[in-house]
Amino acid sequence: MTKIFVPLLLALIVAGCGTTGGPLATVEDRTGGKPDAGSAQAAGAGSRTGAEATETTGLAATGVSASSLDGRQLDGGSFAGDQRKNPASPLSKRSIYFDYDSFVVKDEYRGMLEAHAGYLLANKGARAILQGNTDERGSREYNLALGQKRAEAVRKALGLLGVSDVQIEAVSFGEEKPRNEGNDEAAYAENRRVDLVYADE
Amino acid sequence: MLRAVLVFPLMGLMLLANALTARAAMEIQVIGGAANKIALAMVPFQAAPGQPQPALTQIAGDDLNRSGQFRLVDTSGVPAPFEPAQVNYATWRGKGAEALVIGQVAALPGGRFEVRFRLLDVVKQTQLAGFSYNIAPEQWRATAHQIADIVYEKLTGTKGAFSSRIAYVQKQGKKFELRVADADGQNPRTVVRSSEPLISPMFSPDGSRLVYVSFEDKKPVVYVQSLSDGSRQKVAAFKGSNSAPAWSPDGRRLAVVLTRDAASQIYLINADGSGLTRLTEGGNIDTEPVFSPDGQTVYFTSDRGGSPQIYRVPVTGGDVRRVTFSGSYNVSPAVSPDGRLLAYISRDEGRFRVALLELATGQTRVLTDSARDESPAFAPNGQSVLYATVQGGRGILGTVSVDGRTRARLSESGVDAREPAWGP
Repeated sequence: MTKIFVPLLLALIVAGCGTTGGPLATVEDRTGGKPDAGSAQAAGAGSRTGAEATETTGLAATGVSASSLDGRQLDGGSFAGDQRKNPASPLSKRSIYFDYDSFVVKDEYRGMLEAHAGYLLANKGARAILQGNTDERGSREYNLALGQKRAEAVRKALGLLGVSDVQIEAVSFGEEKPRNEGNDEAAYAENRRVDLVYADE
Repeated sequence: MLRAVLVFPLMGLMLLANALTARAAMEIQVIGGAANKIALAMVPFQAAPGQPQPALTQIAGDDLNRSGQFRLVDTSGVPAPFEPAQVNYATWRGKGAEALVIGQVAALPGGRFEVRFRLLDVVKQTQLAGFSYNIAPEQWRATAHQIADIVYEKLTGTKGAFSSRIAYVQKQGKKFELRVADADGQNPRTVVRSSEPLISPMFSPDGSRLVYVSFEDKKPVVYVQSLSDGSRQKVAAFKGSNSAPAWSPDGRRLAVVLTRDAASQIYLINADGSGLTRLTEGGNIDTEPVFSPDGQTVYFTSDRGGSPQIYRVPVTGGDVRRVTFSGSYNVSPAVSPDGRLLAYISRDEGRFRVALLELATGQTRVLTDSARDESPAFAPNGQSVLYATVQGGRGILGTVSVDGRTRARLSESGVDAREPAWGP
C-alpha cells in the first residue's frame, strides 16, 4: 500500500514547490456531491491521477468494510489497541516541520503522511484537523495566514493521497500556541509546524 | 452557505463589572514631546468639606502630559486659587504658566458631587472655558478625562481623545483576558476570559460592541460581543480559520478573513453573520483588512507580490492597488480618522516598527525606535497611535504622537499586554 502512494507524493512535492504563489490544487471536486463516499472517492481520484485512482478506490472500499471485526483482527499485530498511539507506527507521528518562510512539505514526511492518508481512507468516519503554526516574529494576523498556508500544504498532500476534504480541516494557530516558548532559532524552528490531530482523540 | 448564527451568553467567560477590584493600574512614562509645549498650571481642586482631595487634576494632568503638547507648571509654594476672583495672574505669569486650571468640589445630597472647573488664559486674564458637573462617586475618572478633553481642545484647537477607551489582550500564564480600559490604561475591566488565545479586538464605530477572534473552539472564530451586557454572537465560524475582523464605518458590516474557499481571503459579512460576500480573489494571502473612514476602500496585507505589502481595493471589489513599496515586510494597516494617514508595521533590518504613510504624497516616516512593534491603532482624534511592543521580555502598550515626537508607555507590571484597539 505504501508503494502505491510514492508517485503521488513525488508529484505533490513537485507541485508543492510552486504553491507559494499559484492557485490551489482543485481537490474540492472530488466529493462530487455523491452520497456514496467510496464511489465519490473513485470519481475524484480518477479524474486526477489515472491508474493510481483505482488503487485508491480499492483502498477506500476496503476501508469502508474494515470497520468490521475482520479489519481489526488484521491490524492486531503486536500492538493491541489504537494504531495511532503505537509508537512503532508512523501514525503516532503528528508533526510536520517547515523551513523558514517555507510552505513546502519536505520529503521526509512522506511515510508519515501516507500512513495517515491510509488511516483516513480506511476509516471514513475519522476526522483530522491540521493545525498550522508559525514562529512569533511579525504580525499576529499575518502569521495566522502563514500558519494556514502550511496547514493547507499538508491538506493538499493528503488530498493528493486520496483523502476527502470532508475528513480534513486545515486551521491555523499562527504564533498563538507555540510549542517552544523561547525566542531563539531553535524555538522558532520547533514552532514552524503543522500538527495533525484526530477529532476523536 | 452560511451556518446558523449561534447566540449564547458568556457562560464560563465572565463579564466583570467591578472596576475597583482590577489589579494594578498602568503607569505612564513619557519620552520626548512637542518643541513648543503649552505651559499649563493645574491647581488641585478645592475638596468638599470633610472629603479627601479628588485626584481630578492628577488624572487630567497625566492625560495632557501624555499628549506631549503640554508642560505642567509646578503649583506649589503659592496660594491655591479655586475661583477666578482668587487668581493672582502675576504670580502665575511669574511661574511661566500660559494657562491655568482651577476648580472646586461640593458635596450634593444622595452621595453625589458637583465639580466646577475653569480654564483661564493667564496672559489675557480671561476665562477660556468653565463647566459644572453633577457626578456620582464612580465618575471621578470620567470627569477628569472630560476636563482634559476640554483643556486640550481649547488650547490646541483639536478635539481631545482622553475620554475614549482602549481594548487589549492580557496574557498571564496560560490565561487570556480581553480587557477594556480608559485611554490612559486605567480602570481596566475584563470582558472575556479564556484559556485559549484571544486576538484582534476592534471596537464598533459607536463603541457599543467589540469584535474579536477567539481560539476557544480549537480554531480561530470571529465573535461580536455587546459591551453593555456581555452577550455575544459567532459571526464567522466557517470551515478553516476565521480571523482579522474589521468594522465598516457604519457598524453594519465586517471585513473578515476566511479560508473556507482558498488561502486566507477577505470577505464582507453583516455584523449578525448574514450576507457573506467575497472581496478578494486568488491563491495568495490577503489579510488584515481595514476600511477607509468613508467606507469606500479596504486596505489589507497581501503577499501577492512575493513579500507582505499593503494594498487597497474598492469595497465593491475590482482593481487592487499596491500602497507600500519600500522594504520587504509592511503589514497591519490602520487608517487615520481623516483618511489621510496610514499607520502600519514595517520591518527594517530585523526590527518591526510603527511607520506612517501620508497617502496623498506617499511620504513615509518611522515613528518608533523599538524592535517588536505590532498592531497600530489610531486615536479617535487621529493625534496618536496606540501599538503593542515588547520591552524587557514582556508585551507592553505604547502610544506615539503622529509627529513621532512623543511616546508614552502604558504598562502594568507582571503581565503581558498585546493586541490593542482604540475605540470612541
